[in-house]
Amino acid sequence: MMERVIAILPELNQAFLETLLMVSIALAVAILIGLPFGILLFVTDRGLFLENVLVKRVAGLIINLIRSVPFVILLVFLLPFTQFLLNTTIGPLAASVSLSVAAIPFYARIVESSARDIDKGVIEAAIAVGASPWMIIKSIILPEVKPGLITGLTITAISLIGYSAMAGTIGGGGIGDLAIRYGYYRYDNTIMFTTVIVLIVLVQVVQYLGDLVARVVSKR
Amino acid sequence: MIKLENITKKYTSKGKQIIGVDDVTLSVEAGEVFGIVGYSGAGKSTLLRCINLLEKPSSGKVFVDGVNLHELSPKNLRKARQSIGMIFQGFHLVSSKTVFENVAFALRAAGADKKRIKQRVEELLALVGLEDRRDQYPAQLSGGQKQRVSIARALANQPKILLCDEATSALDPGTTKSILSLLKKINRELGLTIVVITHEMEVVKEICSRCAVMQDGKVVEQGSTYDIFSDPANPLTVSFIQTVLNFDLPEELLGEINGKLVRLQFKGSIAAEAVVSDMLQAFPIRGNILHGKVEYIQSKPLGIFVMELNGNEAEVNKAIAYLRDKVSKVEVFDDGTRNRHLA
Repeated sequence: MMERVIAILPELNQAFLETLLMVSIALAVAILIGLPFGILLFVTDRGLFLENVLVKRVAGLIINLIRSVPFVILLVFLLPFTQFLLNTTIGPLAASVSLSVAAIPFYARIVESSARDIDKGVIEAAIAVGASPWMIIKSIILPEVKPGLITGLTITAISLIGYSAMAGTIGGGGIGDLAIRYGYYRYDNTIMFTTVIVLIVLVQVVQYLGDLVARVVSKR
Repeated sequence: MIKLENITKKYTSKGKQIIGVDDVTLSVEAGEVFGIVGYSGAGKSTLLRCINLLEKPSSGKVFVDGVNLHELSPKNLRKARQSIGMIFQGFHLVSSKTVFENVAFALRAAGADKKRIKQRVEELLALVGLEDRRDQYPAQLSGGQKQRVSIARALANQPKILLCDEATSALDPGTTKSILSLLKKINRELGLTIVVITHEMEVVKEICSRCAVMQDGKVVEQGSTYDIFSDPANPLTVSFIQTVLNFDLPEELLGEINGKLVRLQFKGSIAAEAVVSDMLQAFPIRGNILHGKVEYIQSKPLGIFVMELNGNEAEVNKAIAYLRDKVSKVEVFDDGTRNRHLA
């Protein structure tokens, strides 16, 4: 049994790196686009300083549209887009396109809901000292919501690890792909178990790191 | 300094229209400490928040330092707000920022540079007595210290006005006293106009030169704090004053009273004891002081004594007439059960 694992090690190693790559790209996109989107949803809400019903509704609608499509379907649905963007639909880079699209609304909603937990009075106090909307976002909302952003990023990362396995099945590579190829198509239970253990360890490490950083950052 | 003209604020809550502030007209002079008193839900907080337009009135005008705030562009309104400091019951400090950064934020909002910020924040922390806390986070501070930080933040841009939204209501009596004396000091030394809203008459007595009493969104009475305390007209005002000047007598004692019960009020510098002893020497009656107190309102004394007068009825009446002539207010209660109306 050990020989089987050792024999597969190089492939396992590569699959692991591919998973990391896919998830990292999607996380980066989530931060770049999902975070501002989430803040936009928050500050345009009723009673807030950039209240705007139209923007809030449209942004909310886009997010709900993406979120209502199950990931496997989104994966297939986005194939033409991926093809257009990268000229291929195979490999971890191609898979990270659909992962990113799924990650944006997911993270945006988490950002929005953790921003809602900010004491409204703190924002009001900032308005009362004459701060501009941009300053309030940059110097009040973002620092106040930081622990929530990190916890949210942890949740997003773990969901993405799960999604990446699905992406693997249609040629995205990564650990999910390995598990399907050996464990499902070839009935190789050893490899199956090995991938499961790798995933369990990965999720645990991500969760642990996320909690640690969130705790260090929190000043409450 | 502040002029509110016919301010009305209406809300719709669950389909029903609620009037928060009902046609209030008020003015606050430069350099005074003005109090707005009322029970919760009276609309005083809403009214206060109209002064810096945190709350937009449904109708009416707000003038601060002669400027109609409604006519300002968003940018100029932000500028105007920098000259109106505000502190809150819940302090509203940014939990992820240190004391220094919390105060610095207000200065950055006004576009001050790094060097200026550092110098000004240190000045402010010295003013509120928190120099040694500059690198601590709000969670590490007591309530009184948090309020001091928020005062420093409110004063950062050298405002002309300070609005206090129940600033001491979450603090214990000792801390309340120290925050009030800080506010007094700010008013005196920096010449700041201060508007305080509170449900504690003690606060008004301590720092306000004038005050207004609010009920159901309306101002029911306003005037100098001393006049409000010595001659309250509205029943609500009377009940507020009772919280500070309470002259209820114990039931058992009332049962033993067989003479006339009088309540004397001395204003200003009239020496109460001298009047009472002159009266007792001039008339062949016995007097018995049951309750008495001299309160200092804005450092002007207001004395109130409750006495029982015994003796020949005609002489007692003459003595009362004598008192009416000498003191500012005499109330006679033939029936001891009227005790609860005493104050």
